[in-house]
Amino acid sequence: MKRLLKGGRVIDPVNGIDGVHDVLIDGDRIAAVGRDLPADGASVVEIPGDLVVCPGFIDMHVHLREPGQEHKETVASGTASAVAGGFTAVACMPNTIPVNDNANVTAYILSKATEANLARVHPIGAVSRESKGELLADIAELKGAGCVAITDDGHPVKTALLMRRAMEYAGMFGMPVIEHCEDPSLKGDGVAHEGYMAATLGLRGMPGACEALGVERGILLSELTGSAFHVAHMSARASLRAVRKGKEAGLRVTCEVAPHHFTLTDEALGSPIPYDTNTKMNPPLREAADRDAMLSGIADGSVDVIATDHAPHHYDEKKVEFDRAPFGIVGLETALPLSLDRLVHSGLIRLPRLVELFSVNPSRILNLAGGSLSIGAPADVTIIAPELRVRIDASRLRSRSKNTPFDGWDLRGGVAATLVGGRPVFVNPEARLAL
Amino acid sequence: MSAPVITKVDETPAVTSLRRKDLLGISDMAADEITLVLDTAEAMKEIGSRPIKKVPALRGKTVVNLFFEPSTRTRTSFEIAEKRLSADTLNIAIASSSVVKGETLADTALNLEAMQPDMIVLRHSSSGACHLLSRICRSAIINAGDGMHEHPTQALLDAFTIRERKKRLEGLKVAIVGDLLHSRVLRSNIHLLTKMGADVWVCGPPTLIPTDIRRFGVRATSRVDEAVADADVIMLLRIQLERMEGAFFPSLREYFNVFGMTEARLRLAKPDVIIMHPGPMNRGVEIASEVADGPYSVILDQVANGVAVRMAVLYLLAGGAEHETAA
Repeated sequence: MKRLLKGGRVIDPVNGIDGVHDVLIDGDRIAAVGRDLPADGASVVEIPGDLVVCPGFIDMHVHLREPGQEHKETVASGTASAVAGGFTAVACMPNTIPVNDNANVTAYILSKATEANLARVHPIGAVSRESKGELLADIAELKGAGCVAITDDGHPVKTALLMRRAMEYAGMFGMPVIEHCEDPSLKGDGVAHEGYMAATLGLRGMPGACEALGVERGILLSELTGSAFHVAHMSARASLRAVRKGKEAGLRVTCEVAPHHFTLTDEALGSPIPYDTNTKMNPPLREAADRDAMLSGIADGSVDVIATDHAPHHYDEKKVEFDRAPFGIVGLETALPLSLDRLVHSGLIRLPRLVELFSVNPSRILNLAGGSLSIGAPADVTIIAPELRVRIDASRLRSRSKNTPFDGWDLRGGVAATLVGGRPVFVNPEARLAL
Repeated sequence: MSAPVITKVDETPAVTSLRRKDLLGISDMAADEITLVLDTAEAMKEIGSRPIKKVPALRGKTVVNLFFEPSTRTRTSFEIAEKRLSADTLNIAIASSSVVKGETLADTALNLEAMQPDMIVLRHSSSGACHLLSRICRSAIINAGDGMHEHPTQALLDAFTIRERKKRLEGLKVAIVGDLLHSRVLRSNIHLLTKMGADVWVCGPPTLIPTDIRRFGVRATSRVDEAVADADVIMLLRIQLERMEGAFFPSLREYFNVFGMTEARLRLAKPDVIIMHPGPMNRGVEIASEVADGPYSVILDQVANGVAVRMAVLYLLAGGAEHETAA
C-alpha cells in the first residue's frame, strides 16, 4: 500500500532537505520526497506543521537482556520501549546469557525481533568467546548471522594485543570495534565518579582518566591497524580530548554520548534522593566540567552519536545498598525528550544536527541501510513533536524495567509517531496525529 | 511525668528535640542541633555518675541494634546508653556472609519493622545503608557507622570531649592525621568541626587523601609537622590494616616513620594539646604507645563520653522533653 505523509517539516540531512515537504511511502520503502506530491491513490496522513519528519532514529547501544535475563527485559519489551522512544532500530549488546559470541545466539535474538515485529534489531557480536578476553569469537560467522559490529561491552577488551587482532580481523569485514573504554586496574572497585561527591558520600571512586586510558589505547590501535574504532558511552572530558585529537589526525575514530552524561552530574547521587541506585551507572555520572565537555562535543560535531546505553535492571536488583547495586539505567523512552529539551530548546544545537546524532551517524558507523529518506531506502521514519510537553513517568515506561533517574521530569519535546518499514508501530496519543 | 528527671535539659527550653526522624549524618545537622546534643549529653553524663545509673526516659521504647559489621566499642556504648534510659534493647549481629545467603537489607529491615521497634541503630559496611532504611522504615534510624560515609555519634562524642577540655570548639586548630580516604570518622568530624568554627587540618599520605578534600572547608597537607604545629587537638585515625593490600604506602614501618604520632612531633603542638583516637588503635603505627598512654591522651575519656552522647541522641530523637511531658 501507499501512504503519503503530507506536510510537516522534513529534515533529511543526507539529502540536504530541511523544509515543509511530503513523503511518499510505497510498501516498506521511501518512494518520493517533495513539495505538494499528488496523493495518487495513497492514503494521506496530514502532518501538522509543528511536527518534524525525520529518517528513523537508531539507538546503537542497547541491552535487550534476552536470552538469559528476561526478568529485566526481552526483545519484545525492549523494542516496544524503543519505538515508544522514537527509535526505528536498535543495536543490542552481546552481554546476554549466553554471550552473543556465535551465530545461534544471534539467530535467536533475530527470531525474537521478527516475532515482536516492532523496531529493527541489529545484534552486536562479542569480540572474544564468552567475552572473556582470551580467544577471538567467530567473527565471520557472527557477521554472516547478522551482527553489525563487535564489542565486549560491559568490560573493555582485556588486552591491547587482543584488541589489535580484533580490529585487524573485523576490519576485513568492514565492521567497527565498539569499546567500553576503561582501565580495570585504575577502576578497581569504584562505584562512582572520583570527585567531591564520591568523597562526601563515602563511595569508592573511578576517575575520568580510567576511561580516557581505554580511549587512548583504542585510538592508537586504530592508527596501527587502520580499522574503525567506536567509543561507547563516552563520559570524561579527557576522553573527548583524545577523540578530537584522533579525528584531527584523520583516524577512523567515532564516539557516542548517553543522555544521562550530558544532563546529569554526580550531584545527582546526593539529591534529591541520597544514594539513589538509579544514579549508578558505568561510566558514572561525572562532575560538571565533564558534563559540559560532552555538551561542547555535541555542539561542535566531535560527538557523532547519542546512544542510550539502555540497561534495564529489575527493581529488586536496584533496591539494595548503593555499592551492591548493578550499574545502569533504562534510556530508550527518555533519550529524545531529554535531547530536545536540553540540546535543542537550550539553543545548543539545531534539529538537523539532532537528526545526525540520532539517525545519520549511527547508520553510517554501523553500515546500515537507514539514516536517510532517499528514494528506495527503508521507510523507517521518526516523527517528532518538538513542542510536546512530556512528563517522564517511570511506572508507565514500556520497558520491563523502570530504573530511571528521570522519573517526574517535565521536558519539552517528544515522539509523535514511529514508522518501521512504512508501518506505524507507535503513535503517541498525546500528539495530534491520525495514522 | 511528674518529677523532672533530667534537669539540665529543662533549663534549656529553646530547642528541646532534634528536628528530624533519623540521625543519618552530621552533614545535614545545623549548629544549634549539634549544640543541643552536646548540652544534653552533659546532663546525661551526670546520670552515669549516680549510684543508680538509670532514668525512665525511654521506658516502653524498643531499640534494635542492628550491626552488620563487627563492633565492640560502638555497640556496647549504644547498649549501655539504651539501658540507662530504660529502653528495651535487642542486639542483632549479622555477619555479612548471611546477606549472601539471601535476605536483602531492605527485607531484614522490613521484617524488624513489622515487630514495631521505635528505633534502629544501624552499622553497615555500605555507605548510604542508613539512607536506604530511612526511606523504607517508620522507626527512627541512627547511623552507627555506614561504610566510608559517616559515623555521626563518634563525631559528637569527639566534640563533647574537646569541649569538656577546651570549653569551646570555635577557633581551635584540630589536626586529623591518618587514613583519610576510608574513614567515616573523618567525614563526620570534618562536617561537625567546620560547622562549629574550628580550624581543621587533615594530613596523610596523598594516596589516602580523598579527591577534592579542600572543598570540605579544611586544609590538607602531607607534611605532618605542618598539620601538628600549634594544634589544640590532634586526632589520629586508624590505619585500616585490612584495607592496605592496595599498596597505599610501602610498609607500616615507613608509615610510622613519616606520619606516626611521636612525643617529638607532639612538641610542635600547643603545650596543652589533647590527643584523640576513635579506636581501635594500632600502637606503633599511627600512634606511639608513649603518646597513647601519655598525659595528653583523652582516648579513654572519648569512650566514657560516648555513652552520654548516645544517651542524648536517643533521648532527643525520641522527642526529648516534649515526649516526656506528653507521656
